[in-house]
Amino acid sequence: MLNYDIVVIGGGPAGMAAAIKAKECGVDSILILERAETLGGILEQCIHTGFGLHYFGEELSGPEYAARFIKIVNEKNIEYKVDTMALQITGDNKVYAVNKTDGLIEIQAKAIILAMGCRERPRGALNTPGTRASGVMTAGTAQKYVNIDGYMPGKKIVILGSGDIGLIMARRMTLEGAKVQCVCELMPYSSGLTRNIVQCLNDFDIPLYLSCTVIDIKGKDRVEGVVIADVGPDRKPIPGTERLIECDTLMLSCGLIPENELTREVGIELDNVTSGAVVDENRQTSQKGVFACGNVLHVHDLVDYVTLESQTAGEGAANYVLGNVREPDYITTKGVNGVRYIVPQKIDLKNEGDVKLYFRVGNTYKNASIVVKYNGAEIIRRKRPRLAPGEMENVVIKNDVLKTFSHDGTIEIGVEE
Amino acid sequence: MTKNITCVACPMGCGITVEIADNGEILSVTGNTCKRGDAYARTECTHPERSLATTVRVDNGMTNVVPCKSATALPKEKIFDCMKVINTARASAPVKIGDVLVENILDTGVNIVATNDCPVK
Amino acid sequence: MIYNVAIIGGGVVGALIAREMSRYNIKTALIEKCNDVAMGTSKANSAIVHAGFDAKPGTLKAKLNVRGTQLMPQVCKELNVPFKQTGSLVVAFSKEEVGTLDELKARGETNGVPGLEIYDREKLREEEKYISDEAVAALWAPSAGIVCPYELTIAATENAVTNGVEFFRNFCVSKIEKNDGIFTLSDGDKEIKTQVVINAAGLYCEEIAKLIGDSSIETIARKGEYMLCDKAIGHLAKHTIFQCPSKMGKGVLVTPTVDGNLLIGPSAVDVPDKDDTTTTAQGLDGILKTAQKSVPCLNTRNVITSFAGIRSHCTRDDFIIEKSKADESFINVAGIESPGLSSAPAIAEYVRDIIFTLISCEKKDGFNPVRPDPVRFRHMSNEERKAVIAENPAYGRIICRCETITEGEIIDAIKAPAGARDVDGVKRRTRAGMGRCQGGFCGSKVVELLAKELSLEINEITKFGGESRILYERTK
Repeated sequence: MLNYDIVVIGGGPAGMAAAIKAKECGVDSILILERAETLGGILEQCIHTGFGLHYFGEELSGPEYAARFIKIVNEKNIEYKVDTMALQITGDNKVYAVNKTDGLIEIQAKAIILAMGCRERPRGALNTPGTRASGVMTAGTAQKYVNIDGYMPGKKIVILGSGDIGLIMARRMTLEGAKVQCVCELMPYSSGLTRNIVQCLNDFDIPLYLSCTVIDIKGKDRVEGVVIADVGPDRKPIPGTERLIECDTLMLSCGLIPENELTREVGIELDNVTSGAVVDENRQTSQKGVFACGNVLHVHDLVDYVTLESQTAGEGAANYVLGNVREPDYITTKGVNGVRYIVPQKIDLKNEGDVKLYFRVGNTYKNASIVVKYNGAEIIRRKRPRLAPGEMENVVIKNDVLKTFSHDGTIEIGVEE
Repeated sequence: MTKNITCVACPMGCGITVEIADNGEILSVTGNTCKRGDAYARTECTHPERSLATTVRVDNGMTNVVPCKSATALPKEKIFDCMKVINTARASAPVKIGDVLVENILDTGVNIVATNDCPVK
Repeated sequence: MIYNVAIIGGGVVGALIAREMSRYNIKTALIEKCNDVAMGTSKANSAIVHAGFDAKPGTLKAKLNVRGTQLMPQVCKELNVPFKQTGSLVVAFSKEEVGTLDELKARGETNGVPGLEIYDREKLREEEKYISDEAVAALWAPSAGIVCPYELTIAATENAVTNGVEFFRNFCVSKIEKNDGIFTLSDGDKEIKTQVVINAAGLYCEEIAKLIGDSSIETIARKGEYMLCDKAIGHLAKHTIFQCPSKMGKGVLVTPTVDGNLLIGPSAVDVPDKDDTTTTAQGLDGILKTAQKSVPCLNTRNVITSFAGIRSHCTRDDFIIEKSKADESFINVAGIESPGLSSAPAIAEYVRDIIFTLISCEKKDGFNPVRPDPVRFRHMSNEERKAVIAENPAYGRIICRCETITEGEIIDAIKAPAGARDVDGVKRRTRAGMGRCQGGFCGSKVVELLAKELSLEINEITKFGGESRILYERTK
């Protein structure tokens, strides 16, 4: 049995930022467990630029963004094990993991930081009808093949879903000589960032069909085409709008799902909307000493926000280990009127600082206001020229405001048009 | 002439309207919410630029390719020509992050640099 | 080389016949047209071991089902294939259907099905918490069970090969000639010579029989679509829940699988194309609606994947297992639709007895009925895990995170007798890629391992053989 103050599960941007912050806060005994062969997580295959604009004020590629944190992890002598899979966490904060060199590892931790990231929604979950031909893959899988392995996963491509990875892959495949026929999006708006629509689709005249989906996959051995159709407000295909698009590959970019199997198994409370844990402002979950951050907590659009959130979790875990904790007095947060969710879901009133609430809207809005209410009374109103489901928003609750709240209260955030 | 463009300087995606005179001079930029937006709009309407990220083939490396990017933005119309050059380039492992893989590509004054390490196989 | 017996078709029936014949001192070949065994009906069906009350008394279906179901637990034990005797329920929703239950019970008793019992509403609810309020009664059959059909096929093939059967993959028999009492089977390129031919070609029995001028077999391809649900809702059915049968088959069922998932289906649509395993929005919608009649709380939210299988429905409405009228050394094993899986071990015995009338076979020494239990890391205790990793560190590297499948298990699957040659083959043998992410993370790692073990480039690896390559050429 090994003993560490903090075990961080996942060595991507979230895990590294959390570990570094915890180290800076005075915790020495930290171990990062990473399932891939290197630290860096999914950033290693995200070779496009656009990372770090907020955090570093520079436009970095994914591997470069990761490299900055890998360097600090090494400089600070934070221990990590790569090619190591966490199998289980227990109610008393033990972690079971496995790798080739150590075999089965049992670690007693004082605190655990969950930073496992997310996975892509596969074809099965979409229930797309058609054949089982080769050539249907998630955009992330295709990204790995082309950017890491250096092989073309397809030459004539239809992309279903306008999530950022799908948009990025449309450009990437086009640059490598593939023909991207179109991007189909079920919803009437794209869930991707605007700049990706401009630079990845418009620049290359790749059509984006909104309110459109794939209803059939053709081809026996390899995909030969897909049938797409427009959908109505009920998101069901409209008869008569079907058309066959020739392609050898269907790439799916239809949403990301936090990887919370370990979290669920140990019985940590999960939020139905985020599919991540319910956390407080320190990103502590319902299990004492277990923190969560990054895409395992809720799916982020920018890694910069992952870093910031993970620093919060790292600091929270450090304080927990160092005994700087008190019995919390929680109030809850709740998204209303178009706000799908808020993280954190609860705030300790005894908190000494300001609290930033991150949230996402469920639709697109122009010139709307974000209204924050406490027990029904408006406390903050902010104008927003543009709100979109793909872009995470935030508001800050100042500590002096927080101090006026009493326990069992609710903070609500909603959109007013 | 007015041109409506979407700013990509940051994820905000502001809608910017640019008024351009017949001689190509920019008369006004409106709709942006920051200075970077103004600069982006002016560049986009006169000499659009894009940064390019792709891979370069590596011999004897842990992986077949190493990721790379243009150190600064390239003229938009030269992107595919640059890809042709990059696709014929070869690097030898070990490659270090920041290594110049193609110098002064197509005389643009821009280097193509590695964005990750690639150790020897 | 002249084989004594050549079996055309590496489905569950062909594989179990091959294994049965490997007990004897004869030379047997198992011939499969695809890149792997279990690529047709055996890959995609309800995975049910039926009790045996459906078939008309006196039919081969009735006889072989009851015998097969009786043999199944032992066969699965020897082959180390997961089998669970979960029992089945046929649910009645009206007074009229209660009458059907009585008929089924009487028929089952004639067929020799043990332990049949009619449950009333209360008893049914006690057994199945999530059953519809509309359900009024059910027929309980304790001998029914669930088994993984492709695992059974794979294990039987492995065991047959271990005991001396030769396995030929990618051999699509397109011509059969007979000279001096010896058949020559050809795929247009290679040839296999044999004394006896077993036509166990599933959906293609009709075509194979025609190669020797036997046009007595008429089959209809009947498609069934299924939805597989996450383990998170595996508890919604404890037993296999049928509705009352119709002329198109046993209707839509809701059943647990041996892996703890929930399976719903099948639809039943006759299709012109025998390879038409496409799923359709209509079909999937239909089975969900019908399944909700049994278990109303089912929804699409927990669906991991959907698939379709084709069964070979015979116009004679019974299994055809007999010497061909065109040549008595050519044995047709055709029309093996439900309860074909349940009957398969008994079909193997039945075919063996026919072979005995043609050639002399003696039991051989050294037949090993046991297919070694593959390492299944996910089912092991921590102590067992430590032990296997100490023996082989490859068991310490997780490749498929959803199903906790290790590199060692995948390499074993590739190196096994008649082992995996493609991504789907690895998936069927190990479950890598069968979980929630459906291979999103592990797919590319499985491709790498296949390439390494088979000494191929990664763009030569296919999903399921043929032209189903996953990658094109290098980007640069």
